[in-house]
Amino acid sequence: MTPKLERILTRVQKPARYTGGEYNEIVKDPEKVDLRVAFCFPDTYEIGMSNLGLQILYGAMNEDPGIWCERCFAPWGDMEEELRREKLPLYALESGDPIGDFDAIAFSLGYEMAYTSVLNMLDLAGVPVRSADRESLTPLVFAGGTSCINPEPMADFIDLFAIGEGEKLDMEILELLKKAKREGWPKSRFLRAAADIPGVYVPSLYEPEYNDDGTLRRVNVLDGAPETVTKRIVEDLDSVYYPTHAIVPSTEIVHDRVVLELFRGCVRGCRFCQAGFAYRPVRRHSTEFLLEKAKEALSGSGYEEITLSSLSTSDFKGLSELTDGLLEWCEPRKISLSLPSLRADNFSMGLMERVQKVRKSGLTFAPEAGSQRLRDVINKNVTEEALLNSCRIAFEGGWSTLKLYFMLGLPTETDEDVLAIAELAEKVLSCWRQNAVNRARGVKITVSTSMFVPKPHTPFEWEAQVSVEEYLRRVKLLREAIKSRAITYNWHAPDVSLIEAALSRGDRRLGAVIENVWRDGGRLDSWSDYFSFERWMNAFEKAGLDPDFYAARVRGEDELFPWDVISVGVRKSYLARERKAAYEGKITPDCRVKCMGCGANCLLERRACDE
Amino acid sequence: MSRILFKKEGRAKFISHLDLMRTMQRVFIRSGLAIRHTEGFNPHPYMNFAMPLSVGTESVCELMDFGLLGGAEPEEVPARLNAGCPQGIEILDCYEEKRKFKDIKWLDIEARLFYDYRACPLEALRELYSREQLIIEKRTKRGSAEVDILPLTGGIEIEPGEDGQLLMRSRLSAQDPALSPAQLISAIDQLAPELSPDFTAFRRVEVRDSDLHPFR
Repeated sequence: MTPKLERILTRVQKPARYTGGEYNEIVKDPEKVDLRVAFCFPDTYEIGMSNLGLQILYGAMNEDPGIWCERCFAPWGDMEEELRREKLPLYALESGDPIGDFDAIAFSLGYEMAYTSVLNMLDLAGVPVRSADRESLTPLVFAGGTSCINPEPMADFIDLFAIGEGEKLDMEILELLKKAKREGWPKSRFLRAAADIPGVYVPSLYEPEYNDDGTLRRVNVLDGAPETVTKRIVEDLDSVYYPTHAIVPSTEIVHDRVVLELFRGCVRGCRFCQAGFAYRPVRRHSTEFLLEKAKEALSGSGYEEITLSSLSTSDFKGLSELTDGLLEWCEPRKISLSLPSLRADNFSMGLMERVQKVRKSGLTFAPEAGSQRLRDVINKNVTEEALLNSCRIAFEGGWSTLKLYFMLGLPTETDEDVLAIAELAEKVLSCWRQNAVNRARGVKITVSTSMFVPKPHTPFEWEAQVSVEEYLRRVKLLREAIKSRAITYNWHAPDVSLIEAALSRGDRRLGAVIENVWRDGGRLDSWSDYFSFERWMNAFEKAGLDPDFYAARVRGEDELFPWDVISVGVRKSYLARERKAAYEGKITPDCRVKCMGCGANCLLERRACDE
Repeated sequence: MSRILFKKEGRAKFISHLDLMRTMQRVFIRSGLAIRHTEGFNPHPYMNFAMPLSVGTESVCELMDFGLLGGAEPEEVPARLNAGCPQGIEILDCYEEKRKFKDIKWLDIEARLFYDYRACPLEALRELYSREQLIIEKRTKRGSAEVDILPLTGGIEIEPGEDGQLLMRSRLSAQDPALSPAQLISAIDQLAPELSPDFTAFRRVEVRDSDLHPFR
């Protein structure tokens, strides 16, 4: 650590997040590796280190003795100020070396509100933010992650996008970069060759043309690059790297525990859910594999808590076998087990007792909509009866804190649907009155709503988002309908959701908006400390663009979308069919009941999902 | 009770006391050494640190007590713990504790004073610290109070250090009442601000009892 940095760290908040040196961090001799990679997470250390994808890819890349992958996170404002004042470039935690000197800078892009931090981190590293302004091969700036399934808003800044799961794909990209570096290729030659790797999208090889009304006319594909880039998946999850020796931070982070990933994909097909479509098809780890890895990860890290993670954990076949096996090992060691994202419909007494054995945490259900009609529209196939039944079991089991999540502004939503949220919450409350084991302790029911954001690659990718004013009107309607003091109502600010909606279905022209926001001081936009709606609106205006064009417009059935160049395996025609079914209030059974032919199975060599 | 003597330096000096407790808890689990837990509703490993260290201060003489269970020998403890420590934390020794932390009287510290824009005011500082009294304003929970810090020190030596810094060695009262290294330097800021260093780095080098013997 340089004396300059040492001094800075005595002045900033939570300095341990800027030092590196944590247990299990990987250190190599820079003289003995072919490539140095900075894995950049465009949010704080506490958020980034909680990300399972980061831990997986960090370990996977470092398995190659020729690659040293290090970590870098977005500094908080006080640290950024110090770095800029002392003219210290952004550095990697392991070596303390400036990432601008690395061969590759890889960003994890999980959510749209992190985009401005990407530009800020590049700038702090002394690297030009625009791809076109970076003439040399290195540092190559690439990105992967969920929000890259519409890469266009970030196309001006990123040299190439890795679409889909990175365990194998990232290694293929880096292998090619090794060769290019060794043989002294110009950047253009490398990018053209990289475009031939399945799953790689090189934005400079695609030129969008627009109609007079602002919609996309066509995309000119240059130099023989593929017309469509199909996301990569790992077919056999048990066969790839699993982070049993993940880095254990020396300071508290958001998810300070072992995260055990059970499966990828989801069988449910909730129509609003991007992850539900983007991660198809469902692939699972075997129960034996998970039990073994969980034990290794717990003893290797010293964590006293393990959480099971996946899109719908209670859909994991063999969950009882797994939780029994885990508890048998965890209980004598005083390790607690938690289960997030429980579905309200198959939440069973047995499962609840299992998680309760060591420590009782809060309980959260996400019915998403208040009325059965609207839940059918979004294909959230949970009935009121099933929800109340789950609540009854929970209250009988001694739980007295319950959170209920909903969205406002879903397609076809009426005031009746909004009021149904209040009615449902009241029913949950009376369920508590009838079933509570200890009424004297009281109950706390929290209802939360957020503004629905239509996402690309979902059946609602054509839909308009409701306006901020309309969302607030529905919030007021709901707030006034909730009478009981045992029910707390929280609503998320709609202005962030509007920007998120514009970015998530944006085209390449939004690059100018993102750059304007960043130049105007924008960064860490997922933090209310930093987000400024006004700054975003000014940036849109300066770029001559209207956020409503992207967020609040019903799109034509035949409209060409900026993200159509990316295939996640699910066909657009399938999404259109699902949208039609939504308007008819018809539900689609989960993949295990009946295969509806979404197309994602074609990503598998064996062509058959999960079953 | 067992006791470990450990170092906390380099990058690890930025780990806060709260985070250190969490970290040591995990270090023990990684080592596979069973330790005593507290009784009660929410049992947690019993760990007692002698003198919490400020964030940013290094130390080569930290002490922590815990209850070793399951027949492990104290001699094997340092190696087993060190295998699971983050960079900068190193267990130097482990033994049965024979005396209580309340017998700690003095802490020996080193302060490195950096002057970026001027020569080190070695003589002026020596003069300052050899005054009859050094009365500074000390912030307490109930406001501020004027305190003479000299009776709370057991000698202050200043000499030229490496790279043009000044090296100050001092023995400070560890408890009842304690004098922190930062308070020692704040005497400069308060009584002779023109001599204030641009940066000071602190290091704890020894912990002693009232007879000035190293406390173990």
